[in-house]
Amino acid sequence: MTVKILIVAEHDGARLNVSTARCVSCARTLAGAEITVAVCAADPGAVAAQAAQLAGVARVLTVANPANTHALAAVLAPQIVALAGPFTHVLGPSTTYGKDLMARVAGLLGAPQVSDIMGLESPTRFRRPIYAGNAILTVEAEAGAKVVGTVRMASFEAAGAGGSAPIDNMAVSVELPAHTRFISVSAARSDRPDLLTAARVVSGGRALGSAEGFKILYSLAAKLGAAVGASRAAVDAGYAPNEMQVGQTGKIIAPELYMAVGISGAIQHLTGIKDARTIVAINKDGEAPIFEVADFGLVGDLFQIIPEIEKLVS
Amino acid sequence: MKRILVGIKRVVDFNVRIRVRPDGSGVVTDGVKMSVNPFDEIALEEALRIKERGGAEEVIVATVGPADTQQQLRSALAMGADRALHVQADGVIEPLVAARALLKLIEREQPYLVILGKQAIDDDNGQTGQVLAALWNRPQATYASRLEILGEATARVTREVDAGLETLEIDLPAVITTDLRLNEPRYVKLPDIMKAKKKPLETLTLAALGVEQRQQLKLVRFEPPPQRQKGIRVKDAAELVEQLKRKGIL
Repeated sequence: MTVKILIVAEHDGARLNVSTARCVSCARTLAGAEITVAVCAADPGAVAAQAAQLAGVARVLTVANPANTHALAAVLAPQIVALAGPFTHVLGPSTTYGKDLMARVAGLLGAPQVSDIMGLESPTRFRRPIYAGNAILTVEAEAGAKVVGTVRMASFEAAGAGGSAPIDNMAVSVELPAHTRFISVSAARSDRPDLLTAARVVSGGRALGSAEGFKILYSLAAKLGAAVGASRAAVDAGYAPNEMQVGQTGKIIAPELYMAVGISGAIQHLTGIKDARTIVAINKDGEAPIFEVADFGLVGDLFQIIPEIEKLVS
Repeated sequence: MKRILVGIKRVVDFNVRIRVRPDGSGVVTDGVKMSVNPFDEIALEEALRIKERGGAEEVIVATVGPADTQQQLRSALAMGADRALHVQADGVIEPLVAARALLKLIEREQPYLVILGKQAIDDDNGQTGQVLAALWNRPQATYASRLEILGEATARVTREVDAGLETLEIDLPAVITTDLRLNEPRYVKLPDIMKAKKKPLETLTLAALGVEQRQQLKLVRFEPPPQRQKGIRVKDAAELVEQLKRKGIL
């Protein structure tokens, strides 16, 4: 049986999100898989051209529809289902976009979904984390059954360039619902790297004390070219916006360097960082659980240490 | 009658340290504290607040699970739900089966709003709300951090997404799934626990609802995750930077 994988692209209308390249890497771990990327957009041309350049992509399908201006799961799902017929697997990223959309696709297809795929042992056998990453579960789908999946971002590197896949415009005639309407998105504009993909992340906890306190992290991050994250406690306290939350229910990341500053290291937080290459913990409490997973631990006053580090790396 | 249906799941309490059974057949659950999935408690709290503001006349809590799940339904009744529906089923209940059962309950109860947690903290699937919305052919607003009911037919929902906060307007009825910051669930008082014992709890079966308990994903093996090696302590910022430079990280 040929493995034919459809990857649902994530994009903002102009740029392909790097999450799609990570899905391609996941798909490529199955030898001989034929990989197709679907781009649903108001005007998919630019995004499709980027998808076509990813190494390993055999074909790009586009669906142009003004209804796709904003990514709404209820609107996108029937279009993905219309494309899904010939495919053995339909994959999307395990980002809020993909998690929202893919399960709706699975529901329409009546197909099983494997959430947060961290490894493929065969076309039907998948590994995924459960219990906030405290156990790894291997699941097996029935042979020949269509499987929907979301791909855990921290488990796969982004596929590189080098492809030149043909792009086909698809005419999809399905009725799209009008019951869900996009109003707005408030994204804090930032010059810092994207948290999900940054090579370096500096993250703060409640010990920062205030939104003002986080400024020393922004300053250090600027020096390091790092993204800034936060613990749930810091976000709940209003020191940092929700999109900065790292952990089981926030973002799960795998940077080269993760600096946990004033973060005690609740299990839900550790879930979000355990794939980081190097973890540095800075905390005044030497007994904090974060030190159990840190490669380098430093006990002391973060308000003194962080400016010192900044000076040393300048 | 204006009703809200809330779906809950019985899960291992979030404070329990999870251990995988040595034979890889599952995680240890014997003698382990079980609770209502925390995100589902947030869902129930939101439904209760809407009712208290006059936005609903009845809050129904529903679950699909083994006989023991009655404990969690009683907790939900103690929190303030008016009545409970228990679809009794043992073994693995996949999101598609749970959603099909909930859809049958929706057809029977005709709620104008269905609220679920965004994920259960045991299997971390995060699917049931979206699957249910798909089967019901109604709007979904996942990861809600703010929910406003705008009259009879529409709601405005703020969602926590990777980019920040997204706001959607949806027609009702619809499915909402909750994120952490939607609200903080209330504590249950002792008199409420006593009162909950007298509230109606109806037991149903999947078969009676006409839902097949199909398992499409076989659970092959459970393993503990790889452990990180414990690192070293450094004495000050200078040593830290030197170590990171030596490792080629800085």
